[in-house]
Amino acid sequence: MKHTIALIVENKPGVLVRIAALFSRRGFNIDSLTVGATDKPDRARMTISVDGDEVVLEQVTKQLNKLINVIRVSELDPAESVERELAIIKVAAKKEDRSEIMQIVSVFRAKIIDVSPRSMIVEVTGSEDKVEAMVRLLRQFGIKEMARTGKVSMVRGSRIVGP
Amino acid sequence: MGKMSGAEAILECLKLEGVEIIFGLPGGVLLPLYDAIYDSDIRHILVRHEQAAAHAADGYARATGRVGVCIATSGPGATNLVTGIATAYMDSVPLVAMTGQVPTNLIGKDAFQEADITGITMPVTKHSYLVRDAKEIPRVFREAFYIARTGRPGPVLIDLPRDVTVNELDFKYPEIDLPGYSPNLKVHGLQIKRAAQALMEAERPVIYVGGGVKYSDGHRELVTLAEKIKAPVTTTLMGIGCFPEDHPLSLGMLGMHGTKYANYAVQESDLILAVGARFDDRVTGKIASFAPQAKIIHVDVDPAEIGKNVRVDIPVVGDAKSALAELAKVVEDKPWSPWNDKVAGWKSDHPLGYARDGDSIKPQAVLETICELCPDAVIVTEVGQNQMWAAQFFTHKDPKHFISSGGLGTMGYGFPAAIGAKLGCPDKEVFDIAGDGSFQMNIQELATAVVNEVPVKVIILNNGVLGMVRQWQDLFYEKRFSSTTLHRVPDFVKVAEAYGALGLRATKPSEIEPVLKEAIDSEVVTVVDIIISPDEKVSPMVPAGASLSEILELERAEGSGQFQKSYAGSAASEILELEG
Ligand SMILES: Cc1ncc(C[n+]2csc(CCOP(=O)(O)OP(=O)(O)O)c2C)c(N)n1
Repeated sequence: MKHTIALIVENKPGVLVRIAALFSRRGFNIDSLTVGATDKPDRARMTISVDGDEVVLEQVTKQLNKLINVIRVSELDPAESVERELAIIKVAAKKEDRSEIMQIVSVFRAKIIDVSPRSMIVEVTGSEDKVEAMVRLLRQFGIKEMARTGKVSMVRGSRIVGP
Repeated sequence: MGKMSGAEAILECLKLEGVEIIFGLPGGVLLPLYDAIYDSDIRHILVRHEQAAAHAADGYARATGRVGVCIATSGPGATNLVTGIATAYMDSVPLVAMTGQVPTNLIGKDAFQEADITGITMPVTKHSYLVRDAKEIPRVFREAFYIARTGRPGPVLIDLPRDVTVNELDFKYPEIDLPGYSPNLKVHGLQIKRAAQALMEAERPVIYVGGGVKYSDGHRELVTLAEKIKAPVTTTLMGIGCFPEDHPLSLGMLGMHGTKYANYAVQESDLILAVGARFDDRVTGKIASFAPQAKIIHVDVDPAEIGKNVRVDIPVVGDAKSALAELAKVVEDKPWSPWNDKVAGWKSDHPLGYARDGDSIKPQAVLETICELCPDAVIVTEVGQNQMWAAQFFTHKDPKHFISSGGLGTMGYGFPAAIGAKLGCPDKEVFDIAGDGSFQMNIQELATAVVNEVPVKVIILNNGVLGMVRQWQDLFYEKRFSSTTLHRVPDFVKVAEAYGALGLRATKPSEIEPVLKEAIDSEVVTVVDIIISPDEKVSPMVPAGASLSEILELERAEGSGQFQKSYAGSAASEILELEG
């Protein structure tokens, strides 16, 4: 079972290490982790995707809360949140494949952001599932390189996980 | 307060935190700080190995309830502290450990005596700081002491690069501003109500008490609650002394080497009130069969402990003392019950005991004699059989009078911790109950004790072996005593004398009392070498991985082969896996 946790942390050296070390020491599995700025310069936001049952989730949340530099820990219910991931994918693009690739790109409302004689770079944004589906479809042409951000997530409506 | 150097600011912080004594050993990067210590009123105890500085600060903290402070230089000095810091972390002891560090411009360059000590200690500290600017010193120290002593206490490390101790700053002690830290102290009224109701409804309650009651100073509230509802009370090793062991409701210690009656009571109970305890595997035995019929109320200041090892029916997050006080307020008096009679029956049928015959000295008798001669003594222990006998055969009554490395089980802890405890409580008699193996792990601290005139009394239960490990080899490895024989080297009396301490020895039962009396009357550091048999066992015992109800009496079982048999009956793989 996958869970998404949003963290507000102090923006200080060593904070990421503490979080990563906690996961490894307690044997929790991180699926993805993103870090980025908030609108307060001394706070950062992390989105961590963890795999585990309810007991694991509870321990993860409580242990994270014990870290002095962690200010807020919130589990984000997928049914009530929006999540987005961005991927850029360098895909092999032979002459005869180009139009099909462009069709896929347009169906996914993705973008082609670079074209060269033998490859293209495709940018896609969306839920993890959507990115995953895009990757699957592009695989037939040959994926040469891929960079994914991991997901960021936010609760719909008025609930705030703010810094 | 004006401009001052980083080093002076550090000492100012220590003064403001009420620190009277620090334990340490200097080195290159600490020269500026030690130069400031030279003029300071704070007493510095020079140890002979940094591990002892951490343990002494820890012993001081446990005996006094204040924050212990130790200091070591960069690189090897800092890494020598690690075992002491980990020991304090596992037992939730408030400690501030300062380490020297290479100058900030050399950090990361593998400079001489550079070690990433904040990285190394991350999993064994409550928090840590690498100070990069002298201006941060007041804030960092204020936070460090606050974090160390509040909530669930623990060690905090402050790494101090040399230039930070030299540079100047404007000193101002700031207010605490830690948005990510709110030690949860106020207990939830509704949870207290639910817990109280469960206690009132229970027919076979047991209160299971850990170190949290000690640190929150909640032992009086515990007695009040237990007496009101007539609930038997058992303690962990860390909780020893929180409930007077001569009290009719006392069950003594539970777990692997606990009393039979404590373990039976837990297994038969219908309600366990766990307070400041963490369901350690040495306490619960096989977790799946722990207290099978019991509802569990768990009171802990650390929410992450609740539900970590066992399922909990009624969680109560908060300080043990206030939770116990609140509970005592709402529960009503209960009469002595058939359950109390049953427990009393177990108590009289299965007392802790040992064979009192023979010409050799019984370690259990040594502890009983110390208890008779000096019932108010502070008992510090090493690790192994000595530790278990000290837990079992001294009647503990005061929470701050039993000091032992429980969570980490650190051999070599006891002697330096005893020095720290004695410095914290100079008017109390302080014993280090030792094994010959453990004592040799920090034997060099005899110099520290002698030079600083800290008259602790070391009682070596000298079996010439690494007794606790040997006991397992005896029971589970067909007496194949691989590397557990110490060959009765050295001669501890001569060692004591070489350091300028008093060395005494007892070899016969009749010598126990006079020798102990001489030790107690002695006003100097005293080492008592008590010769016991290598075959003495700690009993009773729950084999690791077995359920608490499978507790066995070793002396009796040995002859009949009963122990071996029942061991063969439980899952051997589980047993071997859990060995310490
Ligand atoms: C630093 C350390 N090393 C190893 C162990 C494993 N160990 C646990 S008890 C024990 C034997 C202790 O021997 P001794 O101090 O002579 O005490 P005894 O059990 O004989 O009373 C050992 C080696 C430990 N707990 N700590």
